[in-house]
Amino acid sequence: MNNQHNEIILAGFGGQGILFIGKVLASAGLAFHKEVSWLPSYGPEMRGGTANCRVIISEEPIGSPYIVTPNMLIAMNKPSLEKFEDTVVPGGYIAIDSSLITQEIHRKDVTAIAIPATKIAADMGMRKSANMILLGKFVKESGLMTLDELKEGVKKSVPATKTAMLETNFKAVELGFQS
Amino acid sequence: MSDKVLMKGNEALAEAAIRANCRFFFGYPITPQTELAAYMAKKMPKAGGLFMQAESEVAAINMVYGAAGAGARVMTSSSSPGISLKSEGISYIAGADLPCLVVNIVRGGPGLGGIQPAQSDYFQATKGGGHGDYHMVVLAPASIQEIVDLTGEAFDIADRYRTPVMIMGDGMLGQMMEPVTFENVGKGASDLPEKTWATDGTHMKRKKNIINSLYLQPEDLEKLVLEREQRYQVIKEKEVRYEASMIDDAEYVFVAYGTTARIVKNAIKTLRAEGYKVGLIRPITLFPFPEKILAETAKRVKGMLCVEMSTGQMVYDVRLAANGACPVEFFGRTGGVVPVPDEIIASFKKMVGGDK
Amino acid sequence: MAIVFERPHSLTDVSSHYCPGCTHGIIHRLVAEVIDELGIEGTTVGVAPVGCSVMAYNYFECDMQEAAHGRAPAVATGIKRVHPENVVFTYQGDGDLAAIGTAETVHAATRGENITVIFVNNAIYGMTGGQMAPTSLVGQITQTTPYGRKTETQGYPINVCEMLATLEGSAYLERVSVDSVKNVKAAKKAIKKAFETQIAGKGFSLVEVLSICPTNWGMDPIESLDWLRENMMKQYPLGVYKDKTKEGEE
Repeated sequence: MNNQHNEIILAGFGGQGILFIGKVLASAGLAFHKEVSWLPSYGPEMRGGTANCRVIISEEPIGSPYIVTPNMLIAMNKPSLEKFEDTVVPGGYIAIDSSLITQEIHRKDVTAIAIPATKIAADMGMRKSANMILLGKFVKESGLMTLDELKEGVKKSVPATKTAMLETNFKAVELGFQS
Repeated sequence: MSDKVLMKGNEALAEAAIRANCRFFFGYPITPQTELAAYMAKKMPKAGGLFMQAESEVAAINMVYGAAGAGARVMTSSSSPGISLKSEGISYIAGADLPCLVVNIVRGGPGLGGIQPAQSDYFQATKGGGHGDYHMVVLAPASIQEIVDLTGEAFDIADRYRTPVMIMGDGMLGQMMEPVTFENVGKGASDLPEKTWATDGTHMKRKKNIINSLYLQPEDLEKLVLEREQRYQVIKEKEVRYEASMIDDAEYVFVAYGTTARIVKNAIKTLRAEGYKVGLIRPITLFPFPEKILAETAKRVKGMLCVEMSTGQMVYDVRLAANGACPVEFFGRTGGVVPVPDEIIASFKKMVGGDK
Repeated sequence: MAIVFERPHSLTDVSSHYCPGCTHGIIHRLVAEVIDELGIEGTTVGVAPVGCSVMAYNYFECDMQEAAHGRAPAVATGIKRVHPENVVFTYQGDGDLAAIGTAETVHAATRGENITVIFVNNAIYGMTGGQMAPTSLVGQITQTTPYGRKTETQGYPINVCEMLATLEGSAYLERVSVDSVKNVKAAKKAIKKAFETQIAGKGFSLVEVLSICPTNWGMDPIESLDWLRENMMKQYPLGVYKDKTKEGEE
């Protein structure tokens, strides 16, 4: 896991599993002794509207959990990209699901990561796993953490009783990592 | 592997309360504290306790009154509009000297307001809320771990001084997840006074107990109110909690509590890097207010900047504590808008002019 | 010489603040006699309301709590849930129970809260000086209905027993009166049954006691009793409105 101070905004439609992949990152951070925080947007917008969460993974105790200028952005729909693209600090990372966002990432001072996660998920018959595929790709390209570390985060975020769900999620992040 | 778990503030508070031997929870749903009640509904029965969804906040706080009067460790939780409804009951609880925990996960107001984080219930929490000469002890955690640690303490303070205690967080603290450990949550201090006053039946072995706040003779009521005031004085001596950060060499000091204090810490980091000698005093108890440290600090700094998610409520207490020894300025956002470090920095620079 | 009459042990030896001719004293005594006869003084916790009986906590010898206006059933719920083995009762007037505290009353009943409610209905607010109560009769003159209670503006009286009888959670509901020796005896029987219902763990019990308020009705006690019989009993027929106590005993 890289030892930078990472401020990550994850955003998309409600129901895409945005809050969950944020929790996976925070859980992975916690499993490897980082300071972490996870702050969701909440309220009526949780259903159907835009959902986002802010995750910090750091070596230092975390001040404000409310991220304004992230160094990493994961966007799963167009409104989210438009809302947060300009807030990313120069040198940062922006990852998008290119099957849902057809426009280009216009920022030239960040590392752009695009993967048709929803399409891959559909092709593989794992419709609900686009978020995990995007997450795997993002983690690999940004060097945020290793695949094993990410999988530890997945393990910590899935209820112990749901082994099938765990396997699907492992497979999805691996897919993202490999593509 | 770490022994810490990732939990939402609302859920961590509920878990800490159960671990602190609270077995009775009476509540009514309201955003953004609902996860607390939901957690209680799931876990209380397994701990042999009771979760009850009352017909209203009013009923819930009066169930708390009854249960506290019967000698139980008991709590309720709500958010701003619900706390307004509970305020009548809180006044009765204070007037009858009953221990209990009231949680307010504050949202924007007045009225229905919004559901986003705010600190605009400071006056209500620290200056009354309900009617009469009374206070609650008010604890204002700034992290999920602090929520957990203060929950155990809150019950002990309530039992020790026979007073309602409020834990006041904001929507952000309630909703966010951070790693926590419950290892410091006690099951109740060993030196807490016995509840000999509780109405659990005389069993024909003692005189009857009466839980009451009605005293029609002014002299009787005054005596009781003054006795309670004495207790508040002891609370002021013994229970003040605050965090002082980088104030030793500070020329200017920020004053902020809860989530806002964390945002201020980000601003301080930037300002320190720019060469400004700035520090932070973060009240953890809002009542009793950390007057002493603020008074002492005010005498040796050039100014203080109070930052709140309100139009300026705690700043009154900061000014009283500073007592004119230094200027006390204010910056705030309200209505559920969370201030960002940049605007805090800008406000600070405006206050100090070119003074570095 | 044998003692043939004495103060119930559960009633304290103090003079009450009730007005001359008021029937609160009788009802207090009935409750105390029942507590004595059931031998439950040591395990009983009472809840006093706001209204004329606000200081009932001084008159019963058992543990007592004083509730905020209308909140007695919520307070009783808190006590009973902490100590299910205790006997918990509330003593409430019509304003307390059927106006400001209607929600608490209805929801305690619908939960089947295992408590006993003694509901004193005298069709007026006594403590504050004779204003309209939710149970004031149509046409009744009070301080706040000087031209009589008009349904166009003040609506209709609430029949509490009938209303609560519709709720599955209520176990025993009876309306009684203390206007005559016969009815006082019947009232005591009902109060005893209500406490027994709780002791048997059957759920919510309420006894509505039709009562007089000579002071605020502006009548002498004899006239008041006549008025109760001629007017209140028509609006509020005496009788058992719910009795689930026999269920499961065949």
